[in-house]
Amino acid sequence: MNATLHWRCLRAVIVREGLRFVHQRERFFAALVRPLVWLGIFAVGFRAVLGLSIIPPYETYILYEDYVTPGLVAMIQLFNGMQSSLSMVYDREMGSMKTLLVSPLPRWYLLVCKLLAGVLVSIAQVYVFLAIAWFWGVQPPELGYLAVLPALVLSGLMLGALGLLLSSFIRQLENFAGVMNFVIFPMFFASSALYPLWRIREGSPTLAWIAGVNPFTQAVELIRFALYLQFNGAAFLAVTACLALFLGGAILAYDPGRGFWARRGGPAEQG
Amino acid sequence: MDCFETAPPEPPAVPGDAAATPVLAVEGLSHSFGARAALDGVSFGVPAGRFTVLLGLNGAGKTTLFSLITRLYNTRRGSIRVFGADMRRHPAQALARIGVVFQQPTLDPDLTVIQNLRYHGGLHGLAPADIEARAREELARIGLAERADERVRTLSGGQRRRVEIARALLHRPSLLLLDEPTVGLDIALRRQVLDHVHDLCRERGLAVLWATHLIDEARDGDGVVVLHRGRVLAAGRVEEVCAATGAATLGDAFVRLTATGGRE
Repeated sequence: MNATLHWRCLRAVIVREGLRFVHQRERFFAALVRPLVWLGIFAVGFRAVLGLSIIPPYETYILYEDYVTPGLVAMIQLFNGMQSSLSMVYDREMGSMKTLLVSPLPRWYLLVCKLLAGVLVSIAQVYVFLAIAWFWGVQPPELGYLAVLPALVLSGLMLGALGLLLSSFIRQLENFAGVMNFVIFPMFFASSALYPLWRIREGSPTLAWIAGVNPFTQAVELIRFALYLQFNGAAFLAVTACLALFLGGAILAYDPGRGFWARRGGPAEQG
Repeated sequence: MDCFETAPPEPPAVPGDAAATPVLAVEGLSHSFGARAALDGVSFGVPAGRFTVLLGLNGAGKTTLFSLITRLYNTRRGSIRVFGADMRRHPAQALARIGVVFQQPTLDPDLTVIQNLRYHGGLHGLAPADIEARAREELARIGLAERADERVRTLSGGQRRRVEIARALLHRPSLLLLDEPTVGLDIALRRQVLDHVHDLCRERGLAVLWATHLIDEARDGDGVVVLHRGRVLAAGRVEEVCAATGAATLGDAFVRLTATGGRE
């Protein structure tokens, strides 16, 4: 019985996120255009600049487009995670977050529902992107499309949980842009999404170290290996650990007894 | 704790007097943000079938009180009980019996009316067939049955409010909380919404707590709780509060109460 209630709640949240996404077509195209610009323009220009050696999981020389595709997949998920955290802040300001939180189901579960719904939306985007990339000539093994699914779920959860955690620190919508500049761009550029770690090391060992411990790098590598039918155990562990950390932090932050709900409530809040 | 359908609520404090036991019982509730006390020793009850107005100026602590009753944050001092279920110890049971209409509009404007109601029903774990039947029933009641498949965006402000009330009733709560629900509505719509909730209260025996700063929203026969600077200055039926303060109208009573009560 209890499981039924939980399932109904999860389904309701997923349906709502799905409907919202379908209704906001601009958002869908924006989410798609971004990685396609990187793939179609940046990657072509960059191909000549960057020489790639054969590194795992690749078994042969690859084009830069092949290299960058898993990074762009992770980028879709990164933007999605941040987007959903933006919508949390927005919902909170607009009050619609309250309708979610007065549900009798445990609050941590409600947050997980929200997270899962966001991940499903991001996975739909990823597959559309991969389909277009296929026509562009980025053609990983067919089974890779299946093997990458669990990796996408895990990395999507991790990046979504990070967004959730960040959303609890942002008091107002206006502060959001700043946080994005300090989170999205550093995470994306200081990672193995655009260039392999050994290349970064040639330039700066410090930056290579930072990129190595960047959770986003771990997500990229997990996806990259899975797409080429290999399992990257270290990346899997790192992504799982980060997920546990971020989700735990977000649940604490949204706990009614502590975190920002208890902290907030300046004079402007009182009616 | 995690299943709000099994463990039965605790029995009423006075056996055989269940009708008089308040649906909502707030006792000795205090809450502060840092050094500033938002609520100080607040106690009152809302019985079944009584439309109770929580009357207070802006800054009186109404929103804090609502946030505590809906568990947006935890009660630290004092207690809140809904049908005997303590908000701290059995939040799921307590929340399952509360329907809330928040001050800000919380419908999704891009979704249809019925999609909004389905979302809410799902959050409360209702079966899809029940949601469908109840949603149609509630919408028919407010005369919006044929608008079920239209986007909320196309509805007027008054219609949206009524949809929010219908949504709050979907899981059949015993207690309906409304936080300044007439903000932004014109006089005619205000009256309409007020009448509607009075009807619900009478016909279904709902306990209603209606927060407002508009004195004329309290009618004779309603309950009233006067909240001022975080403290309850008076509670009872409108007539009782007027009689106790020797005032002819609730407006006068309010002025007298706040003139003395605020200075202590």
